[in-house]
Amino acid sequence: MTLALNLAGVAGRLDRVSLQCRRGMVTAICGPNGAGKSTALVCLAGLMLPDNGETLLGGLPLHRQTLSRRARWIGYLPQSPEVAWDVSVEVLISLGRLPWKDAPSIETREAIEDAIAAMDLQELRHRPVSRLSGGERARALMARVLATQPGWLLADEPFAALDLAHAASLMRHFRQQANVGRGVVLVLHDLATAMNHADQVVVLEKGRVVAEGPPEIALSREVVTRVWNCPARWLGEPGERALSLGAPSPAASGLRGRLS
Amino acid sequence: MSIRLILALLAALLLAVPLSLLAGRVWIDPLAPQFQTASVILVELRLPRAVLALVLGGGLGTAGAAMQGYLRNPLADPGLFGIAPGAALGAVLSFWTGYAAAPYMLPLFALAGAGGAMALLALIAGRGGGVALFTLAGLMVSSLAGALMSLAISLSPSPFAMSEIVTWMMGSLADRSWHEVWIAAPLTVLGAMVLGIAGRDLDAMTLGEVAAHSLGVDLMRLRALMIAGVGLTVGAGVAVAGIIGFVGLMVPHLVRPLTDRRPSSLLLPSGLAGALLMLLADCLCRILPLAGGELRLGIALSLLGTPFFLRLLLRMRKELA
Repeated sequence: MTLALNLAGVAGRLDRVSLQCRRGMVTAICGPNGAGKSTALVCLAGLMLPDNGETLLGGLPLHRQTLSRRARWIGYLPQSPEVAWDVSVEVLISLGRLPWKDAPSIETREAIEDAIAAMDLQELRHRPVSRLSGGERARALMARVLATQPGWLLADEPFAALDLAHAASLMRHFRQQANVGRGVVLVLHDLATAMNHADQVVVLEKGRVVAEGPPEIALSREVVTRVWNCPARWLGEPGERALSLGAPSPAASGLRGRLS
Repeated sequence: MSIRLILALLAALLLAVPLSLLAGRVWIDPLAPQFQTASVILVELRLPRAVLALVLGGGLGTAGAAMQGYLRNPLADPGLFGIAPGAALGAVLSFWTGYAAAPYMLPLFALAGAGGAMALLALIAGRGGGVALFTLAGLMVSSLAGALMSLAISLSPSPFAMSEIVTWMMGSLADRSWHEVWIAAPLTVLGAMVLGIAGRDLDAMTLGEVAAHSLGVDLMRLRALMIAGVGLTVGAGVAVAGIIGFVGLMVPHLVRPLTDRRPSSLLLPSGLAGALLMLLADCLCRILPLAGGELRLGIALSLLGTPFFLRLLLRMRKELA
């Protein structure tokens, strides 16, 4: 099954885009600032209905589905999620069960517990959201999406606030989800994460898809250099790649010295 | 839902209602009534007034909780949508045209005003736009109604009409009868039920509009529920008692820390606490010895509410600092 976005014209920042995400895969959407990554994710999540295009889930237009069915299929984590009231972590996560109005309470309970365990939040479950650190809050919000147990997980910069260990654990979780046949679509700023962990990468530039495919191809040195307008070079082996920016010039090494 | 909180509020209400019936200009000793008219005072004067206080307070408390949940703002008030000023404009027009003297005409005019404000709101907000745009539309309706009200007052046909308008606008439950109860109670209950239906959607709104939409919330339907629910409760309240502020702002605030802070679990406790506050405030108005009649309920609540509002602002300032 695929989740596809077909745009014949302009929608927000996007311009004539056609992209496909497959189940069982981790798809990364990359691109410089303002390329339309978040808009693409919002469209894929079915939250924006473009005038001259559509989002297809398994070939069926998403906007024809009922809202609650769509909500059960597609879980979406916005880039800067807000929490208006100072609810506890557990209550926050339980909001993820709202699409499953009629589910038996034992199922609800289990889904919430699984999400809490997946995001390592057992200790924090009763803590009010206002007393969480940025990373803890990000984990709680991710757990809210996981609690829905959607067929597709769409997340905008899910690693941005996480420390190394929790980012790695979340990435493992995404991989598990893909392995059991769910679709995972991530907007990623960090190209190394996309290179090492995604199965498929879509590169956007100024609202257009400029590269698409396996990471080694879609994020090749040439693409990165051209799209991000920055001389770059991949180091290391496949799966453990690191991005080195620019040739070591006097100015850059001076900067490095100051930073360390 | 916090069952314990709800039970405590119900118990407080059970205690407060009989007490409120006995309290007033003349105190009635339930065991040895000193007046022959005691039963008349109780059944025809104080009971409808107490019921009305419960209905209106409950409606305002529920509407306030729903408004704060919908706008994701602890400073939101049911008056923000412009429905209360719309209803007040209707009432003022009934004084202005002289129809207010006829039975049922004042509340009918006020309800028509509330309905007009609701329709205008739905029209302006249209199909698109978010909560922010909708709030601005509400503010616009509100200021339009306010301006027309001032115009009606300044052009009022006689000084009597003017003084009646001004007195009415202060909000009061004095001299209300069962008629007013029959007008306000069904509409308020209906409105509170509509807001109850919106509860789950309001919970989802905690995460913001986009995330709520991703959780399956139909934002248009939620907006319609809010207009209908707040319109019915607030419109009915203004129709029978004039403008009574601060209950809808204060009560959800006082109650929220006692719940799990989800908007849906705040609706019922906030309604009950609103009923309790209104009942007590109305008793206070009756008991306070004041030359030249009794203290108007709207004034009393605003006097109570302002320091509360100030405290809220100061606390928010401290949290921001």
